[in-house]
Amino acid sequence: MLAYVIRRLLQSVVVLFVMSLLVFVGVYAIGNPVDILINPNADQEDIERAIRGLGLDKPLWEQYFVFLQRALAGDLGRSFAYNVPALQLILERMPATLELATAAMLIAIVLGLPLGLWAGLKPESFAGKAIMTGSILGFSLPTFWVGLMLIMVFSVYLGWLPSNGRGPTTDVLGVPVSFLSWDGIRHLVMPATNLALFKLSLIIRLTRAGTREALLQDYVKFARAKGLSNARVVGVHVLKNILIPIVTVIGLEFGSVIAFAIVTETVFAWPGMGKLIIDSINVLDRPVIVAYLLIIVTLFIFINLAVDVAYSMLDPRVRLADAKG
Amino acid sequence: MILRALLAPLCAALLAAAPACAADLRIGMSADVTSIDPHFVNITPNNNVAWHLFEALTHVDENVRLVPGLAESWRPVDSTTWEFRLRKGARFSDGAEVTTEDVAFSIDRPATLTTSPGPFTTFTRPIIAKEVVDRHTIRLRTAAPYAMVPYDLNSIFIVSKKAAAGASTEDFNSGKSAIGSGPYKLARFARGDRVELVRNDSYQGPQPAWDRVILRIVPNDGARVTALLAGDLDAIEYVPTADLRRVRSTPRFRLEQKVSWRTIFFTLDQRRAPPAGVTDKGGRPLDRNPFADPRVREAMSKAINRQAIVERVMDGAAVPASNLVAPAIFGHVAGLEPEPYDVEGARKLLAEAGFPQGFATVLAAPNNRYLNDDQIAQTVAQLLARIGIEAKVHALPLAAYFPKARNLEFPMAMLGWGSFSGDLALRSLALTYDADRGLGAWNWGRYGNPGLDRLVVQALATVDERKREGIAQEAMRLAMADRPVILLHHQVATWAMRRELRYAARTDEYTFAHQFRPQ
Repeated sequence: MLAYVIRRLLQSVVVLFVMSLLVFVGVYAIGNPVDILINPNADQEDIERAIRGLGLDKPLWEQYFVFLQRALAGDLGRSFAYNVPALQLILERMPATLELATAAMLIAIVLGLPLGLWAGLKPESFAGKAIMTGSILGFSLPTFWVGLMLIMVFSVYLGWLPSNGRGPTTDVLGVPVSFLSWDGIRHLVMPATNLALFKLSLIIRLTRAGTREALLQDYVKFARAKGLSNARVVGVHVLKNILIPIVTVIGLEFGSVIAFAIVTETVFAWPGMGKLIIDSINVLDRPVIVAYLLIIVTLFIFINLAVDVAYSMLDPRVRLADAKG
Repeated sequence: MILRALLAPLCAALLAAAPACAADLRIGMSADVTSIDPHFVNITPNNNVAWHLFEALTHVDENVRLVPGLAESWRPVDSTTWEFRLRKGARFSDGAEVTTEDVAFSIDRPATLTTSPGPFTTFTRPIIAKEVVDRHTIRLRTAAPYAMVPYDLNSIFIVSKKAAAGASTEDFNSGKSAIGSGPYKLARFARGDRVELVRNDSYQGPQPAWDRVILRIVPNDGARVTALLAGDLDAIEYVPTADLRRVRSTPRFRLEQKVSWRTIFFTLDQRRAPPAGVTDKGGRPLDRNPFADPRVREAMSKAINRQAIVERVMDGAAVPASNLVAPAIFGHVAGLEPEPYDVEGARKLLAEAGFPQGFATVLAAPNNRYLNDDQIAQTVAQLLARIGIEAKVHALPLAAYFPKARNLEFPMAMLGWGSFSGDLALRSLALTYDADRGLGAWNWGRYGNPGLDRLVVQALATVDERKREGIAQEAMRLAMADRPVILLHHQVATWAMRRELRYAARTDEYTFAHQFRPQ
C-alpha cells in the first residue's frame, strides 16, 4: 500500500507541473495587470516602467523559467496587487473557507444520510415523497438566489441572523476559527446551509437509491430471516453496503465545495479563498491565480487518495494496486 | 439588537451636545483594499482608506476643487518653482511634528517601489529637484513650466519618514509604519474582510463624529444592499441602480447623490485604414475608415438618445454629457449642450459622408466596470441600428477587456474617465498620441488635432489658474465640436445610509467616514 501511495504522489508532481504551465500561458494570453491597475493619468513611460518593474516585458519562457526555479525553492511569487507572498495570501484565507466547507459537509451528511434512508425505506409514504421533492428543489435552485433569499428572510425581515461576514475568530493551534463563539456560529449558519443545500440533495438521492437497491439483496433477506432487529438490519447491513459510493461522492464533493465556494462566499461576503481568486482573476494577478490552482489541485490529489484508502477499509474486496493491462 | 436601535437615536441626540459620545460607524465598501501602503498602487479602494490615515499637501473638496491640506498655502516662485508652506503644529499620530523632511521623503518614496502595477510616479516624476527651505517651507522645481504640481501632490500621501523609512508592505499592513496625520489611525487590517479605524486624537481638523469606524469590504452589490437593509451596516457606497427605488421608498434609509466626475463615452478608431471589425453590412471590407470622417462621428452622436439611456438604463443615476468632464470640474464649459437626439439628421449626415446604407462595426464594452456598462452597450447598439449602423456588441470582463482595448483591437470601445480638470482629461484622451511627451496615452481612437494639442499643452504650462481655466475651456470647446469620442453621460454616485446620518456626497466618489455626520 505504501508503494502505491508513493507512486500516486509522484504522478501528481507531473500533474502539478502541467497545470502550472497551462495557467501561466493562459493568463499571459489574456494580458497583464498593469493594463488594469494603472492610473488613468499615467503616461506611456509610467506604463512601460511598471511593466518592466514586474518583469512582464520578458519573453514568456523566461518568465516561466524564473517562476519554476523559485517554485522549486518553495516560493510561488509575490502577488502583483497585494505585494505580499501569494502563498501567504492564500493560506491566510484558507481557514475561513475550510471552516465553511466543513460545516456545509457536516450539515449535508448529518441531515442527508437519515433523510435518504427514510426516503429509501418508506418510498411511498408522505414523508418519503416530501423529502424527494425537497431534494429536487435543492438541486435546481441556484445557490446565488437561495443565498439572497435566506438573507432577505432571516436577516432583513426576521432579523435573527447577521446578513454577511465572518464572526470573531479565536486561535486553535494557530488556526483562526469562528465556530467556538456564539456570534461566530450565528454568522456561520446561513452560508454553511446555503453551501450545503446542493450536497444535501445529492446525498439524500444517493442514499435513497442505494437503500432501495440494498433492500432487495439476498443478504438483507437473509438477515431478516435470521430474525435480526430492523435497526440492526438497516444500521449495519444496509448502511455499510451503501456507504461506498457515498464516500466517493462525499470525498470529491468536499474538494469541489472548497474550490467552488466562490458563489456563497461572494453573497455572504465570507472572507475566504473563493473571493480572493475572483478578485485576483479580475486584475490578472498571476502569482495568486497560479498558486491558488496549484493548491486546489494538490487538495484534490490528496482527497482522491484518501477516498481510495477509505474504500479499501470499507470494502475488503478492493485492493490498492495499479490496474494491470 | 433592539437595545441598539433604542440607543442609536439617544446617542445621536447626545452627540449634538457632547462630541465625546462613543459611536461606531460601519460602512460597506464596494471594492477590495489590497494594501495599506499609500504609495504602493494607485487604485481607488486603497486611496480611500489612505485618506483616513494620511493627508496630502493639497486636498480637494467635495466638488474636486483644490483646498489646503497639510500645506496651508502654496505659490509659484517662478515659472518652474513651486513653494509649499506646511500648516504649523500638524502632527503625526505618534505625536511627532510633520516637517518638510517627511514631505521630501514622501515625494521620493513612490519611485523606490519598483514592483507596483500602478505606480504613483506619474505625480512625482515632473519634480526634478527639492529644496527644504526650513522645517515648514519646501520648494519644488520642475524641468519645464508645469501648472499641475499642486494637483499632482493631492495624490501623494505624506508619511512619517521615521516610521516608513525602509518599511515593507507588511509593515504598513500591520500598522507599524502606517503613521500619518489623518483623522483616523489603523486599528486592524483584515485583508478581504475589513479595515478597522480608531479616531486620531492628535488630528487638527474638525474631529470626526465616530470613535471607531469599520470599513467592511462587500464587493457584491446584492449583499451590500441587504446588509444595509438588515441593519448590519450603517451606510454603503455604490448603490446598484436597480435598488435605488427600493432604498428610497424605505423610510428607515436615505440616499445621498451627486454627479460624479466619471464620464462614460465611446472611443472610435480613427486611423486611416478601416479597422478590423468594420465592414459593409455584407461583411465586405470598406475602402476607407468611416470613423475618420467627422460627419460620421456627428451622425453617431446624434443617433444616441441620451435622455432615454439616463432614464431607462440608469434609473436616473446619470446626467447626459455635453463635456468630457462633469459640470463641477475645472475646465467644464457651461454653455455646451448635450447632442440632441435626431435620427433624421443623423441619416442625412451618414448619406453625405458616403455611407447611405450604413456599415457594420464591433462595439466593445466591459461588463463589470461601470454602472450598467453592458446594458448601455446593448442600448447604444439598438440606437445605432436605427440609422443603419449595425453594431455587434462584445461585452467582456474588465480583465479581458482592458488589455485588448489598450492594444487598439476594438474599433469602438467604451471607456469611463474621472479627472481633476478638463485639460488633464484632454491630454490623456484626445491629444495626438506621442509616447515621448506623454500625450494621448489613452487616446484609443488615435484622434489627432494639432490646434487642440497646442492649446492643451499651453494650458498645462500656465501657472495662473484663471488664465489656465480660460485656455482649458477654449480647448474643450474646440474638442467637443470635433467629437474625438462619442459622449454618453456622467455617472451619478450614490450612497445609502440610515435615516439619522448625513453625508456630503463627493464628486470624486470617495467614501470618507469622517465626513459622515449624525443628523
